[in-house]
Amino acid sequence: MLEILADSLPQLLEGLQTTVILTILSLILGTLFGIFLAVIRIYGRFPLPYLIIIYERVLRGIPLIVIFFLLFFGLSQIGLELDPFEAAILGLALRSAAYQAQIFRASINSIPEGQMIAARSLGMSKLSSIGYIIIPQMLRLSVPGWSNEFTIVLKDTSIAFSIGVIELMRQGRYIYVSNPDSTLTILLIIALIYFIFVFSINKGLSYLEKKYRMSGFEVGVER
Amino acid sequence: MEMLEVKDVHKSYGDLEVLKGITFSMKKGETAVIIGTSGTGKSTLLRCINQLHPPDKGEIWLDGENLTDPKIDINRIRQKIGFVFQEFNLFNHLTALRNVSIGLEKVKKMDKEKARKKAMEELKRVGLKDQAKQYPAQLSGGQKQRVGIARALAMNPSIILFDEPTSALDPELIGDVLDVMKSIAHEVAMLVVTHEMGFARNVADEIIFMEGGVIVESGPPKQMFQNPKKARTKEFLGRISTLYGED
Repeated sequence: MLEILADSLPQLLEGLQTTVILTILSLILGTLFGIFLAVIRIYGRFPLPYLIIIYERVLRGIPLIVIFFLLFFGLSQIGLELDPFEAAILGLALRSAAYQAQIFRASINSIPEGQMIAARSLGMSKLSSIGYIIIPQMLRLSVPGWSNEFTIVLKDTSIAFSIGVIELMRQGRYIYVSNPDSTLTILLIIALIYFIFVFSINKGLSYLEKKYRMSGFEVGVER
Repeated sequence: MEMLEVKDVHKSYGDLEVLKGITFSMKKGETAVIIGTSGTGKSTLLRCINQLHPPDKGEIWLDGENLTDPKIDINRIRQKIGFVFQEFNLFNHLTALRNVSIGLEKVKKMDKEKARKKAMEELKRVGLKDQAKQYPAQLSGGQKQRVGIARALAMNPSIILFDEPTSALDPELIGDVLDVMKSIAHEVAMLVVTHEMGFARNVADEIIFMEGGVIVESGPPKQMFQNPKKARTKEFLGRISTLYGED
C-alpha cells in the first residue's frame, strides 16, 4: 500500500494542482459574478431583477455535468470551441454564481436599512453607497455561507473529469486503469486528499469569520 | 436672509397624507426645535428636506437653491445637510474615525490624510478622541450618537437635521449628547425633532409645534412656553413637561 502511495503520489499531486487552480479561478469568477447578480437583483431597475431570478432558477436546476456538456460539446457545435479547462471553469463559475447570489442577497437584506440611508444622507451616490458601505458589510456577513460554497465548488471540480480535464480524479483513473489492483487504494487516497483539503479550508475560513466578527460587527443587534 | 425655506410642503404615503402643507423658514446659524406627538410627520418633514423622501408638492430652498427642482444634483446638496438619526446609523464595519472621515474621502474627495486629520478634530470636538479606533459595537449609545454628530459636522454643512437624537438613549447618556448639541448651536443651523423640553427652552431660537401634519403654532421659546396662543399648544406643552421635565 505504501508502495502504491509513493509511486502514485507525484501524479496525484499534479492532479491536485489542477484541482486547486480550477477551484480558485472558478470561485473568483463565480464570486464576482455572484456579487454582481445579488446587487442588481436588489438594487437594479425593472426588468433586471426578474432576469436574474430566472438565471438563478435555471442554473440551480440543472446538474453540473449537463452544464459542462453544454459548454464543452454543445457550444462547439455552433462554432464556440472551449477547451475542457475553460469549459470547466466557466461551468463551475456560472453555477456557483447562482448559489452565491443567494448567499450575498440574504446578507444584504440583513444589513439594517439605516446604513444605506446614512450613506445617502452624507451625499454618497447609490453606487458609492453600495460599494463603500453595503458590499464590505455584505462580505463579512457572507463568510459562513460562502465557505460552504467554497467546499462545494472544490468537490465538484471532480466532475470536470467527465469532459477530460486532467485533475485529481482523472490522474487517479490513469493510475488504476494501468494497475487495476490499486483501484481501491487510489480511490481512498483521493478521498483522503479531498477531505484534508476541504477540512483545512473550513478551518481557515471559520478563523476568518471569527476574526471579522471581532472587529465589532453588530448587524442583528440593532434590529 | 433666510437660509432654509420650506414652502407649503405636502407628503403622502399611499392614502395617508402625512404632511398637509408645511411652511416655515430658518436663518443662518439658527436653532429650531420641532415638537409634537408621534405620528405627526416630524421625521417625515426632515426626510423631505434632505430629499430622502421628496415631497409631493411644495418647495424647499436652501442657500438660494431649490432642492425640489428635479434637475438639481441632490448628492451635492446633501453634503450641505447633515443628518443625525435616532438609531445612530453609524457604519458598522468602520471605526469611529473612519465613520467621520468616509464622507470627506469618498464624497468630498479629500486627501486621505487630510480627511482623517479633520475627522480627528471633529471627534475631539465631541469629546471622543480616545474612541477613534473603536468600532460602533464597542461604543455606548451616547458615544455612538456623538460620533453621528461628528460625522455630520465634518462635512461642514449649512444645517444639521436631528431626528430624535436622544430618544434611543439611556437617560444618563442623554446629557452628553445634548451638551454637544448646545456647544455647536449658532455655529451651524440645527433643526431638531425632540421631546427634550429643557433643550428646547434653553437652546432653541424657535419652537415649532406640529400636529396632524400641520404647524399648529411656532415662536420663540419664551412665548411658546409662557404665552402660547393656541389652547392645543398649551395642553401639549403641559403634558410633555410633566413627562420629560422642564430642564
